[in-house]
Amino acid sequence: MATNMKLSELTRRDFIKGSAGLSFAVAVSGTGGLLLSSPANAQRAGSNISAWLSIASDDTITILTPGAEMGQGSMTSVPLMWAEEMDADWSRVKLDWAPADKSIYGYGSGRRRSMAIVGSRAVRSYFNIMRTAGAQVRKVLLDTAASEWGVPVSELKTEPSVVIHPSTNRKMTYGELASIAQVPESMPEVSEADFKKPVQYRLIGKSQPRYDIPAKVDGTAQFAMDVKLPGMVYASTVHSPVQGGLPLDWNKTEVEGMKGIKQTIKLPDGIAIVGDSFYNVMSARKKLNVDWDNAQARRFNSEETLDNDYAMVHADPSAASTTVFEKGDADAAFANANKVYREEFKSDYAYHAQMEPLNAIARFNEAGDHVEIWDGTQSPDRTRSNVAETLGFSEDQVAVNQCYMGGGFGRRSLGDYAAEVALIAREAKKPVKLIWTREEDIAHGMFRPQNFQCLEAALDDNGNVAGWRHCVVGDGGSLLSGGMSIDLYYKVPNQFIDRRGASHNVRLKHWRAVAHPFNIFAIEEFIDRMAVAEGIDPIAFRMNNMNITPRGRRVFEKVIDMSGWGRAPASDRALGISITERSGSLGAAVVEISLNESLGKINVHKVWMAVDGGLIVQPDAARANIESGIIYGLSSILHERVTVKEGAVEQSNYHDYQVMRMSDAPEEIHVEFVDSDEKEPTGLGEIGNPPIASAIANAFFNLTGKRLSHMPFTQDRVKNVLSA
Amino acid sequence: MVQFTLNGNPVSLDVDEETPLLWAIRDHVDLNGTKYGCGAGLCGACTVHINGRAMRSCSIKVGDVVNTSITTIEGLSPDASHPLQKAWVAEQVPQCGYCQSGQIMKAAELLAENPNPSRDEIIRHMDGNICRCGTYNRILAAIERAAMEG
Repeated sequence: MATNMKLSELTRRDFIKGSAGLSFAVAVSGTGGLLLSSPANAQRAGSNISAWLSIASDDTITILTPGAEMGQGSMTSVPLMWAEEMDADWSRVKLDWAPADKSIYGYGSGRRRSMAIVGSRAVRSYFNIMRTAGAQVRKVLLDTAASEWGVPVSELKTEPSVVIHPSTNRKMTYGELASIAQVPESMPEVSEADFKKPVQYRLIGKSQPRYDIPAKVDGTAQFAMDVKLPGMVYASTVHSPVQGGLPLDWNKTEVEGMKGIKQTIKLPDGIAIVGDSFYNVMSARKKLNVDWDNAQARRFNSEETLDNDYAMVHADPSAASTTVFEKGDADAAFANANKVYREEFKSDYAYHAQMEPLNAIARFNEAGDHVEIWDGTQSPDRTRSNVAETLGFSEDQVAVNQCYMGGGFGRRSLGDYAAEVALIAREAKKPVKLIWTREEDIAHGMFRPQNFQCLEAALDDNGNVAGWRHCVVGDGGSLLSGGMSIDLYYKVPNQFIDRRGASHNVRLKHWRAVAHPFNIFAIEEFIDRMAVAEGIDPIAFRMNNMNITPRGRRVFEKVIDMSGWGRAPASDRALGISITERSGSLGAAVVEISLNESLGKINVHKVWMAVDGGLIVQPDAARANIESGIIYGLSSILHERVTVKEGAVEQSNYHDYQVMRMSDAPEEIHVEFVDSDEKEPTGLGEIGNPPIASAIANAFFNLTGKRLSHMPFTQDRVKNVLSA
Repeated sequence: MVQFTLNGNPVSLDVDEETPLLWAIRDHVDLNGTKYGCGAGLCGACTVHINGRAMRSCSIKVGDVVNTSITTIEGLSPDASHPLQKAWVAEQVPQCGYCQSGQIMKAAELLAENPNPSRDEIIRHMDGNICRCGTYNRILAAIERAAMEG
């Protein structure tokens, strides 16, 4: 039966032993730039050693991928960019996880150096790192062949994993070259001219099967949930139901006397139960009674606050405000306006609802001064630093084994539950697998913040939007303001955009596309309302009165073409449109909806989306990301809301936190990419969901003449709007 | 001792009969393809076949499956060659992949009893299985492909 240690323990060991051939490790230069060199050279430079890429004499190429995998395909797409530039035979490439060492495997520089796969960053952040490394390795192989054959390197070319001297018809495979290569003291310089031209790409732009998919259809993919270590025990934590509550006392004797229960452990923010099986631990959870100190916890009621407080904060001129974006003179534009529009919107808390409840495994060495963690994490480096900080360890005392993630969506980039299992394992003195139950995952969840928004626009004498104000009031700080800037697609000369944050002790976190879902909803629904009030076609209003950018115009024109915008849909259906930016990409979406009026149920039949995603590295995976974003957007807008009552989250599982099921999915989703002026990839993991709410709201107006202002558009809310 | 057949092999477990089948399979037999998603029969990630019927293993006591024949994703085919598994790869269905064992097992029940399901029949059959990555349209396409290619 399965031993469960395949990727992280066995393969890596074999890999290092068996790497006869040529290995390219990475050393970090004094300036923070990447310097590729052999392990031996890197060792001389006193750097950490790890072979990022190895070419074995049998032509197998092994690349350690820093693309944390939660379904977006980046474990494949990131190393594929390296393979492309070195002209590797992709069918002979094997992947393993890169260790959690951001100094080697991270992107960015200085304090911003990171391995975090968040914000749709994986492909765009690693593009230049990977292609530079690839071009360097290819040069080393070419130089080796040139020297072996005594010919000028300029006479050589490569085919996948083969160097060829066409005039003498000599060939050597990369594996053969690896056996004889003299690794240079330092890697050759490469410049833009050394990179392949897009027409030379063999892998980029041509969909390759994702590396992880075979293991995901036969049950062998290793999630952290699946790790089992010798002598391992199971744990689950009960955190205070009231956010911010602290454990005082609990029925320790009773619970520890239950079958299979080894101990209970007081943590800073909860009680962990440790036992010999997860079933016994779950049974004990039901019997655990904890006295919580809720003195510091606030008896917060989210609906009351959203309904009553935020509008007052917005109306209060002395309320603390953080400027998000400012341009021209907004006050003057409003003072001189021919007409002013103003609209308000609201949005509820939302939960990630990733399919794999949060879990991690920790194992200490006998001396207790080193811990090994198994975590499916968007940020292995952050898991490592968070565990180290929590234990009072240095990072050298923490090793992190990456696993597949059963969904991330922003929740798995913190390492908080990994730090928790480390604390538990130190007490338990055994390897521990910590599993939060689904109920715990929600009750102790971290949410997309709720908020209120006010948008105002000043139209000049020509009917053009000359002034723009957008204020968001809600829970949290910077998590509120992403997507507020319209500057990437609309050129409004005078703008003032600010946020006014509050704190209610609710745990907040980045959620897919962070603040874009609610900000883009408010922006694009506001614009649609203005267009209708002005008696101008909503597309023409965006193009002319909002002064759209050429790039924005292109995605609109594409999606208009794809969807047949302007045609008369069936009498019981309507179309709606919206644009968004995210992570350097631009997208426009059209939805076709119908309505069950008695149920208040919006049915979404078709979705079209045109995306400017820069250079598209893997088209099918890119499309899959956008399809996923569209469904995630639809799901959140039609169903998903978290409410907090008396300080506690009210929802507990998928019955009261509904997510989209197959019967609600659109019959058709069409995604196409526009020709882009961007030479590099831009982010695609979060471009799909932000435009969906406004597109649906606009379609809803076209169908009913009524306006939706509060996300999500639950059936009750829709019925209320219809009867108003 | 609880005895049943698992993927064609006799299994005998010294385990509390109240233990959900899911945890018996995962933690006592060490077959990890069957997933814990909700623990309440709401999401379908734990779907296995019991005497050929797709069931939620998180909500069935192991004591209630004595002498039954259980199939998990690991036993659906010896080498990922079931038409659905091939179709899942061809359509590049999985994203995070966590729900997909359950999706495939649920779909396998459908094709076993209805080799050429209509689109509506597929949707009705699959509606209990959540995919948070939203791969529903590809799941549909893969089931249609598997039905066609058999």
